[in-house]
Amino acid sequence: MNDHEEFDDIPGTTVFTTKRSRQGFQLNQFCMSLMTELNRERFRSDERAYLDEWPMTEAQKQAVLDRDYNAAIAEGGNIYFLAKIFATDGQSFQQAAASMTGMSSDEYAQMMISGGRSPEGQRSIKEGR
Amino acid sequence: MARITAGVATSHVPAIGAALDLGKSGSDYWQPLFDGYDWSKEWITKEKPDVVVLVYNDHASAFSLAVLPTFAIGCAERYAIADEGFGPRPVPEVIGHADLACHITERLILDEFDMTIINEMTVDHGLTVPLSLMFGQPEAWPVKVVPIAVNVVEYPQPTGNRCFELGKALRRAIQSYDEDLNVQVWGTGGMSHQLQGPRAGLINSEFDHEFFDQLVQDPDTLKKVPHIEYLREAGSEGIEMIMWLIMRGALGKKVKELYRFYHVPASNTAVGHLILKPTK
Repeated sequence: MNDHEEFDDIPGTTVFTTKRSRQGFQLNQFCMSLMTELNRERFRSDERAYLDEWPMTEAQKQAVLDRDYNAAIAEGGNIYFLAKIFATDGQSFQQAAASMTGMSSDEYAQMMISGGRSPEGQRSIKEGR
Repeated sequence: MARITAGVATSHVPAIGAALDLGKSGSDYWQPLFDGYDWSKEWITKEKPDVVVLVYNDHASAFSLAVLPTFAIGCAERYAIADEGFGPRPVPEVIGHADLACHITERLILDEFDMTIINEMTVDHGLTVPLSLMFGQPEAWPVKVVPIAVNVVEYPQPTGNRCFELGKALRRAIQSYDEDLNVQVWGTGGMSHQLQGPRAGLINSEFDHEFFDQLVQDPDTLKKVPHIEYLREAGSEGIEMIMWLIMRGALGKKVKELYRFYHVPASNTAVGHLILKPTK
């Protein structure tokens, strides 16, 4: 397997490659714009209008409006950039991470307190380990 | 001449900063974590370093995707605190050591490490949370800081070997500075964690403990661990641990382990902390 095939073999994980960085450039730059209170206010007051100022794809805009972070990552988003959106929402990193796993925030928090997600069976799809 | 007197490794989870800033450090959830740094806080009060060369990564705060340096060094007099989406952390601004930083930059580039030079930037939790963990909540940070920022956000991150070699070059650079300074080198980030996708929440304490042991005793083996192994074993964000190899490279061949602490969880992350002393 080459590097990129190996990345696709890791369950439930998207590796932020240079290609994905190109794909998600405008989405991630939009996220960076939320680092001032002025822009956060403008975004909160009319999310759609704010997003329309950016040359993003419709799928990227919809992922942001839906706060669907798995979809945003599939469209080239990177979690450290997307963090500006959930920080704007007043949401914690743990709540946002939980939302990507299909677990409730409480279930996820409990899993973390119990030692986190085990790596068993989570390393490789093909090798089932 | 400047002396490298110790190396410190620590995780830099944003929620740790928030817990401190919001006065929650004594809660049932957070107290065991902060207790793990009590020994270190006392130790560093006695050590009194003049400068910390602080290896960290920017989390899409100072660097957007417009320009993303692999290795960058801060040569500024001061660094303001970044607004990461919820306002800047209420911590003191970070004071640089511009003269030492300029010297290190020149030495590193002539030593064939092509550093990006930063003369103005803000610093985020990656740099300020380690300062908070080691120094608590002072009016002003008791050290000057030379920030070294490493790209761990976009693949390919620098290899473990390159990080370790940069650490060695950093040692040569610091030790050739013509002023008697007590310098510590810190490596931050890690340990195992994944912040994205259905696999978020991954923790691998076995991998983390092996990493601790090898970092101390056998960094020449550890530096060869490839990206894919970090990604599979330590989670997609666990690769931050390569920054610890820069610190280790700066300490020379043999080190003495003074202190180790490991705690799960801080938010989504396994927190690791290590204090090392170079030995002759």
